[in-house]
Amino acid sequence: MVGQRLVEALRDRDTEHRWRVTVLSEEPRQAYDRVALSSYFEGASAADLDLVPDGCYGSDGYELCLARAVTGIDRAARTVSTSRGDLIGYDALVLATGSQPFVPPVPGRDLPGCFVYRTLDDLDAIRAVAGRAAATTRGRRSGLVIGGGLLGLEAARALRLLGMSPHIVELAPRLMPLQVDDGGGALLRQMIEELNVTIRLGTSVASIQRDGDRLLATLADGGELDLDVVVFAAGVRPRDQLARDAGLDIGPRGGVVVDDGCRSSDQDIYAIGECACAGGRTYGLVAPGYAMAEVLADRLCGGDAAFTTADTSTKLKLLGVDVASFGDALAATEGALEVTVSNPVERSYAKLVVSGDAKTLLGGLLVGDASRYGLLRPLVGRPLPGDPVTMIAPAGPGPGADVLPGDAQVCSCHGVTKDAVCAAITDRGLTDVAGLKDATKAGTGCGSCVPALKSLLAQSGVTINPALCEHFAYTRAQLFEIVKANRVTTFTELIQGHGRGRGCDICRPAAASILASLGRGHILDGEQATLQDTNDHFLANIQRNGTYSVVPRIPGGEVTPDKLIVLGEVARDFGLYTKITGGQRIDLLGARVEQLPAIWRRLVDAGFESGHAYGKAVRTVKSCIGSAWCRYGVQDSVSLAVELELRYRGIRSPHKIKAGVSGCARECAEARSKDIGVIAAEDGWNLFVCGNGGFRPRHADLLLSGVDTATLVRTIDRFIMFYIRTADRLQRTASWVESLDGGLDYLRSVLVEDKLGIGAELDAAMASHVAAYTDEWAAVLADPGKLRRFVSFVNAPGTPDPSITFGSRRGQPNPVDLPAPSRRGAQLEAAR
Amino acid sequence: MTWTVICRYADLEPECGVAALIGAEQVALFRTFDGALYAIGNQDPFTGAFVLSRGIVGTRGEIPTVASPLHKQVFDLRTGVCLDDSSARAGAFAVRRRGGLVEVGTE
Repeated sequence: MVGQRLVEALRDRDTEHRWRVTVLSEEPRQAYDRVALSSYFEGASAADLDLVPDGCYGSDGYELCLARAVTGIDRAARTVSTSRGDLIGYDALVLATGSQPFVPPVPGRDLPGCFVYRTLDDLDAIRAVAGRAAATTRGRRSGLVIGGGLLGLEAARALRLLGMSPHIVELAPRLMPLQVDDGGGALLRQMIEELNVTIRLGTSVASIQRDGDRLLATLADGGELDLDVVVFAAGVRPRDQLARDAGLDIGPRGGVVVDDGCRSSDQDIYAIGECACAGGRTYGLVAPGYAMAEVLADRLCGGDAAFTTADTSTKLKLLGVDVASFGDALAATEGALEVTVSNPVERSYAKLVVSGDAKTLLGGLLVGDASRYGLLRPLVGRPLPGDPVTMIAPAGPGPGADVLPGDAQVCSCHGVTKDAVCAAITDRGLTDVAGLKDATKAGTGCGSCVPALKSLLAQSGVTINPALCEHFAYTRAQLFEIVKANRVTTFTELIQGHGRGRGCDICRPAAASILASLGRGHILDGEQATLQDTNDHFLANIQRNGTYSVVPRIPGGEVTPDKLIVLGEVARDFGLYTKITGGQRIDLLGARVEQLPAIWRRLVDAGFESGHAYGKAVRTVKSCIGSAWCRYGVQDSVSLAVELELRYRGIRSPHKIKAGVSGCARECAEARSKDIGVIAAEDGWNLFVCGNGGFRPRHADLLLSGVDTATLVRTIDRFIMFYIRTADRLQRTASWVESLDGGLDYLRSVLVEDKLGIGAELDAAMASHVAAYTDEWAAVLADPGKLRRFVSFVNAPGTPDPSITFGSRRGQPNPVDLPAPSRRGAQLEAAR
Repeated sequence: MTWTVICRYADLEPECGVAALIGAEQVALFRTFDGALYAIGNQDPFTGAFVLSRGIVGTRGEIPTVASPLHKQVFDLRTGVCLDDSSARAGAFAVRRRGGLVEVGTE
């Protein structure tokens, strides 16, 4: 990894092609991401872990030789000999041999079934044995990891991914002894044990013996473990044998001694990464290795960069537990004080280490919740900005980016200071995190500084750019007026006249919604089809496995027995999962694209129509049983709900609209959690608006009270139309009303008092919607051009997608998830 | 490289992707507004579902793109690389127009 980084850094810097570079690799594959090694058992392929960019070798004098180990160095002749028996000359030789696993001298460590955890070959071997054990071992297979540090926890994760029960044996009295203190270790242990990982601390393995097909490990404390696999992860040692044989200086605990330019005791030989001993110590993390690679690339190109001390701060997720340690986390500094906040209930442990005079932050440790890492790490070595307890108190706000001095590194992955971020914000007029990432690279490494970036953006008082996206410099409301005033009928017309590029997943659906709200034809007519999210495109809701759900409209939640039977029959005949929704209708899930027309043919024939569950549209009008049956009801809530639902069905809006009607003040329809809530009173209807359930619940506010049905309906007409015209995309009515200057009172003045004089226009717009409504699904079934899109494969329309499979749960089909091809990068900052 | 005929060029609506099956391989095939053809893997690397052909086609800067219909990550149609997270790749296929037909190349 570090060698590869050097090659890439040299390629960037050596623009004059001063160097011809030959990379000799012992392994038969090119550099890959060892940090993400356990993802190999999550479905990542060797190719996914590959770190070498296309075109890195084979041109410009860069060559890569695989499976060719260096066997000796002749410093006098300046040549290396290789495992193929040839000699290669050099002007400069860089050792980036990394480290090798340390295997403690346990009797039995060479038995089949015992492994180290370092290379893809190691992982392949572990997987092979795990597979064989699965065939022969009854019950759950188990594996032992020797070592409870970073590498050991990664190895335990790998065994879990292979379906084994992992045991961890660690000699120290806590997990991660190099990074975590006793308090943090206790929480870490508790959280990892909850994952059914058995942890034994303060002991070691005395011997390993063969026991039939399995292994038997005997511990120093007398315990015994039946095992299928043993993995040694008890630390690493620098691979410095070549240097030793060549007579180079070696550090007291191994490693090629190098100066701050990564040069060894031979002026033509350099060492970087885990095989190097810089400033008297070796590093087992990838970040310092990368820093050395950058320094050496600079030196080789005539620069004078220096590697002094490396930041060994790390933030990582181990078996799902967040752990971050920074600066002097273990309080090794003379006289250091520790401030600890431990909250076993909330599963968090936080500690700050401060100087003896309590004025300077020296380091810290976070377990369970590491969200404050990004703001705390840059403060190391700086004056404490406030009371250390408040800075890590679970309920406290934590430090804001305002406490950081200008030269503090906000992003340690790319060395970006707060000043650089602020300069980018002001000089380039940046308004969002994406722009900052692009301009400064901050936030593109481990991502832990993104909250700090947001805080700096907010603090600089940037006004958020109201443009919809890169293609339109307008808000949705402005775009609506443009489409309306210019009588725009297609997206191409809109973007060519008023935008740029060809749009995206933000502006296309927004434009589709505007065109639909203004009644510009069926949502799948011609080009309009390409604007729609997949849900609108197939008039169904996409689910996690790529199948769709079907939700026919059941106005007011009222359904006849015959129709209910049809729903059951369709679900049964197509093998669909059924569930009652929160909006008083029935969801049929698991339909493949090519099944949708046949399903809807049956439903339309039985009198159902689209429920628009897939659209940003009016969803349902939920109702209680009302005065028709209920002994408490004062008005007929079901009839009103049916009337409202049929009136507003199909209308497209900035976001979904939900409504409810309750027949009395007991409010069984939960109408006040809806965008539009109607509650019956003795003297008429009370209208509540802008309520919300979901992410941020909000009770609807009273807009009108004691009105008759005609007034009620006219006000709702205007409410919906005014919302459609003025809200932002994906803005629910709850946040829309809060964004209106004057809030609810302003809304009442527009809708009821007609202060803007647009009442008649809004009424007419709704009247035209009601008159023009047709069922979208019936229209699709009648149009062969639209039906043609409902195929699985363009070249095999009758073949169902073979990746879609179902299991069974409680007597119904359930999707079987596909393993997502794993991605690397998320944990790059912290190496093993 | 083996070329497989997928469909007629005229069968592809501009900016409206389709899925194609080549052996066991699922390909998402696109014809953009300017008439160009692109083919990337149909599997969304973030979720494992085979759905990229059903995403919204557009541009980011000069790059032709498709957004995953599940969680909206945007992919470069030319390379299959995710523009929001370059470690995620859908893979890309060679694609050409021969006469009135569209062909996709596989290794």
